[in-house]
Amino acid sequence: MSKGLLRRVIRGGLLLVVVLFFLFPMFWVLLMSFQTNQDILRTPPSLTFTPTISNYVALISGEIQTSVGTLPVYYMKNLWNSAFLSACAVAMSLVLGVPAAYAFARFKFRLGEDIAFTLLSFRFAPPILVLLPLQLYFQDIGLYDTYLGLVWVYQLITLPLILWIVRGYFEDISPDIEHAYRLDGHSWFRSMWKIAIPLARPGIAAAGLLAFIFAWNSFIFALVLGSSDVQPVTVGSLAFMTASGIQYGTIAASLVLSVIPTLVLALYTQRYLVEGLSLGAVKG
Amino acid sequence: MAYLEVRGVAKSFGKKKLLDGLSLEVEQGECVVVFGPSGCGKTVLLRIIAGVLEPDRGEVWIGGKSVMNVGPEARGVAMAFQNFALYPHMDAFENIASPLRARSRPEEEIKQRVHEIAGLLRIDHVLDHLPKQLSNGQKQRTSLARSLVHGPSVLMLDDPLRNVDAKIRYEMRLELPRVFRKFHSTVLYVTQDYKEALALGDRIGVLMDGHFEQVDTPAAIYGSPRNRRVASLFGDPPINLFPIRPERGGDGAVHAQIGGQRVALGPRAAELAGRDCVLGVRPEDVAFGFDQAEGGIPVELAAVTPFNVRTVTLLKAPDATEILASRPEDNSLAAARGHRKGWARIDLDRALFFDAASGARL
Repeated sequence: MSKGLLRRVIRGGLLLVVVLFFLFPMFWVLLMSFQTNQDILRTPPSLTFTPTISNYVALISGEIQTSVGTLPVYYMKNLWNSAFLSACAVAMSLVLGVPAAYAFARFKFRLGEDIAFTLLSFRFAPPILVLLPLQLYFQDIGLYDTYLGLVWVYQLITLPLILWIVRGYFEDISPDIEHAYRLDGHSWFRSMWKIAIPLARPGIAAAGLLAFIFAWNSFIFALVLGSSDVQPVTVGSLAFMTASGIQYGTIAASLVLSVIPTLVLALYTQRYLVEGLSLGAVKG
Repeated sequence: MAYLEVRGVAKSFGKKKLLDGLSLEVEQGECVVVFGPSGCGKTVLLRIIAGVLEPDRGEVWIGGKSVMNVGPEARGVAMAFQNFALYPHMDAFENIASPLRARSRPEEEIKQRVHEIAGLLRIDHVLDHLPKQLSNGQKQRTSLARSLVHGPSVLMLDDPLRNVDAKIRYEMRLELPRVFRKFHSTVLYVTQDYKEALALGDRIGVLMDGHFEQVDTPAAIYGSPRNRRVASLFGDPPINLFPIRPERGGDGAVHAQIGGQRVALGPRAAELAGRDCVLGVRPEDVAFGFDQAEGGIPVELAAVTPFNVRTVTLLKAPDATEILASRPEDNSLAAARGHRKGWARIDLDRALFFDAASGARL
């Protein structure tokens, strides 16, 4: 066997190990979602079982059959909450964060760096640190258990992310392109709207997608600041730890279902992510 | 009052003083070339005039008004950037149309004017291309078209021919004066190429050490440079510079040692006796021949470089002084390649004298 071929085989083998390591849990969850609790809890675990869609039926119909009777679940409502909260949070962050990122990238102003860093530092502190005082405030001003309140605190997750990623993309655009546009007679606002934002679009799409995933996966804010009416799937899945035991199959099915929206979104935005920032207009 | 005035503009970057109280006046319809070594602040000057960079002090006046509180979009200034700065997501047509769109011209007029300027610059066949599909020459013309399309009162071109190949550079050098005349714009043209400067400028401003060393017509810059630094920037091959100390001889005439030979300097040097000077001689003012001539310096032919039309020769005097001479092309020198003795004769009527210490022309 030649040396080059050996190297390729070894590399392929190592890659396979890595892929298995990361994908195996997902594969196992997918299997679990088609098993009954009895199948899942069997020792030793077995790959042979009779697949069932009862877990999915339970989630979609909103009724879960347990050994002690039928329990109501609000999974579809939770799924909708997740989508609504994440979309609103990202939309709000884009509206606020993109112009702010542009300002931080293009204009030098007093305390500019400090403000940007403070916004980033929101990501340093554990959320639980601010949650208890927030909960008291939210109850006082009536934001507790509302979509608005949750979208607002979600800004702690999504805004710094979008701000810092998009800022980097704005800084990568040659200022001369915007200078040229200004000299053509356009205002700075138009140069942001017509030049900077279209050119940073792949970055904005990437940041938006990432922020959406972070918001989708967030757990603790909604756990503390909302009740079942506004709770997303991450919190809603707690309902499957019932009095009659943990419903592993249902949890697995709810996981699979909750991955689908972000997966679809990622596949859709991929088009924008790979669309290279073609700076063919500037040389050197 | 001049149409465009730069008054005492200074700009530093960190500790580096780039522009230091620089002033310039440009008349309406005039083309002034800003010439200087790279990194001397030419681009910074244009950016300050354009309004995309703030000077530390000093003012810019356009059309009799200070524009210091006017944004770049309202100064009536157009600029073609050295790196073209085209909008990557718009086709060539939209790139060129941009200044007209900013002025909300009717669609019909935009179409007509873009096609007109594109035809003039011969890019009308690539108007539907994106910048990345254009060649460098086409990008450069697109960028130029964009700066010209609305007939700006002040047009600034930042080394526009630097990134294009030699053929286009030559063509554009011939074409640009025609374009400038047609639009009757006040033009500031930045370049590092002295030939471009001499070819395009009504006047040339030589920018050095943060200010204009000399602002003059091309003929004056070349023929009577203010000092030896200006003299050595213009000309290829560069001017010969000989350190000399003129002495008054017994007959009253002033002589100096050049290349180990005593050479009479003529009446122009009468007052320079006893003073350390530098003699500047353009290579075309050095005649080389194989026959001894009066006042000639004995030299060895060290190298011959044929430049098609002119031949440049490197001559060596006995004391190792090197003299560059250029002369119309002929085959006799090419045949004489190798080490041959000859005589160099300097046309002292056209020579320049500089002070050795200050470099100023005497």
